[in-house]
This record gives sequence, structure tokens and C-alpha cells, in this order.
Amino acid sequence: MVAPLIPLEQIPEAWNNVFAVLLGMGFGFTLESSGFSSSRKIMGTFFGYDFVVLKVFFTAAITAMIGIFYFDYMGWMDASLLYINPYYVYSAILGGLIMGFGFSLGGFCPGTSFCGVAIGKIDALVFSLGLFLGILLFSELYGLFEGIYNSHFMGGSKIYDLIGMKEAVFGALLIFVAIGMFFGATWIEKKVDKVIY
Amino acid sequence: MKRDGTFYINPYLGGILLGLVLFSTYYITGRGLGASGAVKSSVVTTVHAIAPEHAEQSGYYSQFLSDDESPMNNWLVFEILGVLAGAFFSGALWGRLKVKTEHSPKISSRKRLIAALIGGALFGFGSQLARGCTSGAALSGMAVLSSSGIITMMAIFGSAYLFSWIFKRLWI
Repeated sequence: MVAPLIPLEQIPEAWNNVFAVLLGMGFGFTLESSGFSSSRKIMGTFFGYDFVVLKVFFTAAITAMIGIFYFDYMGWMDASLLYINPYYVYSAILGGLIMGFGFSLGGFCPGTSFCGVAIGKIDALVFSLGLFLGILLFSELYGLFEGIYNSHFMGGSKIYDLIGMKEAVFGALLIFVAIGMFFGATWIEKKVDKVIY
Repeated sequence: MKRDGTFYINPYLGGILLGLVLFSTYYITGRGLGASGAVKSSVVTTVHAIAPEHAEQSGYYSQFLSDDESPMNNWLVFEILGVLAGAFFSGALWGRLKVKTEHSPKISSRKRLIAALIGGALFGFGSQLARGCTSGAALSGMAVLSSSGIITMMAIFGSAYLFSWIFKRLWI
């Protein structure tokens, strides 16, 4: 087992921030090249005229998932050392619902708004300013939300354990569902009137 | 390939490239990508600079403060500097560098900017409650099949789908 490299000290910790910049560049480049610097292109997923977000998002998640499966299976990476976001049931759901509401008004998510800022979108810059204000508001009102923020903690739970499925079965199912969604999305795109943006 | 700003790479190619970046991030650092965390670092730093005692006594800011280093010395802050550079490079390559406010012809720029500000504030608020946004919670979480990431992802897209139709006039 050699990976993950930094937690296993295969590379000095001092390199971590250098990799942060390089990996961030790859992240920003692929998002912008895919069209995520445009709010109206992003919103196409919800109205059916452009499913680029759905296609890129699920292809990316599945590609990374397969890579992690494979490297773990071959013994090249210890997947049990990877960070899993702790699962607090209510805050995960409520936070997601609030983010979705913000998404429908703002047309960006945080990562995509930075891509918009980088190429000169004023609306993305204002969205980023909103992010700052929203995070400030949450931090100041933390006392009010502390209860829900910390309630129903389930640790670093995995989705296949939660629904009682084998990891490989769930992974395969996810790939089939994604491919089905890609065909469905392409079919809907052809039916829906084009939107010029 | 046209370089007038209208060219985008194939979405499946984009997805595979993004997946490889995400996989490399896990392979090297043991963690996924993120975005809202960098804004949180700048909020914590700003509040700590203006009102140090307030920040140290707060139940939230204090979790991200340490005596020996600034909250800006954070992996996600460096990653976001990279995102800005990478997106700028892509915009330059495909001819998309242009200062403008993008909005539907049915609404004014002013209305678009007000909606963007409120939308950003809600997104920022929600990202703190859910401990991550579309990048850190949803995308990175899905790659490792985390319950938190996948539940948050479904909540984000489900709610965005519903509210988008309510606010349809902002978009189409």
C-alpha cells in the first residue's frame, strides 16, 4: 500500500499545498471547458435544454469511484484511509434543500461561481459575495442551529451499508442508472426547445 | 474547434477528466475536492481580524482558529487559487474572457444580480449546515459512496429542480 500518498507519508506534507494548486487548476480547467462558467448553461439541466451538469457530474463521480475501487482491489491504495464526510442526517438534508433553493436563484454552486469569476462574469462575482455573506450569517447564528447541526450523527456512513447492499452491487447499479439517465437526458434534450444563451 | 467562446468539450470527456482530477486528489491527499470551505476560511479570517474576541468566543469560528497559523493557510484556499487560474486558462484558450452579466432576456441585469446575491447567500448558508457543497459533499462524497454526500446531493438537485420551475422566469 503506497496511497493515499500524503497520509502515508510517501510525499512530505510540505508538498500538500503545491498539489492543492495543481489539482485546483485541473478542477477549474475541466469545469470551465465543460461550460460551468455559464449559469444559463448550468440551469439547462433543470429545464431540459442542456444536461451538461448531469452528464459531467455523474461521469466524474463514477470515474473516480471506479479508480478508487480498482486501486484498492489491486492493493495500490488503502481506500479505508480516505476521508468520509461525517453523516448528520438532518443537517445533510436541510443544508442540501437550502443549497438547492440558492442554486435555483443564483444559477451557480460555489466551485462553478469561481470559474465564472475567473472569466469575467459579474453575476458569478456577486454570487460569490453572497456565499461570503451566507457563511457569515450561518456562523453568527450558529447558536440557533447548533442542535440540528449536531443531531442524528451516524459517523462516516457508507450509502451501501445504509441501504443494506454489497459495495460492488451498489457500484454496478449506480453505473447502470447513470447510463440510463444519460440516454434519457439526451432524448429529452432533443424534444425540448433550444434556448440561446 | 472554434475559439469564439462557443466551443465546449464533450460532457463525457469533461466528466472523465474531472473524475481523473478527483481520483488523483484522493490518491495524493486522501481527501476530495472542495469549494465552499475556502470561502469559510476567508470569513473566519475576516471576522477574526475585525473582532478577535468575538471569533474566539464563537462556537463556530473557534473550531477553525489555531494559535500558530492563519485559517487562510488551508488546503482548500490553495486549491481555489488553482481553480481560478485553471478556469482563466480555459477561458483564454476558448475565447471566453469577457466582463459581462449573463442573464435571460426576460429580466434586467439588476434583477439577475439581486437573485445571484440571494442565491449565493442561501448556498453559502446551506453549505455550512450540510458540511460541504456540491464539490466537497456531493461530488467527492459520491466517489467514495458516502451517505452524507449522496443524501446531500439528492437534496440539492431535488430542491433545485423544484425551485427552478417556480423561478422559471429568471432563466428561460
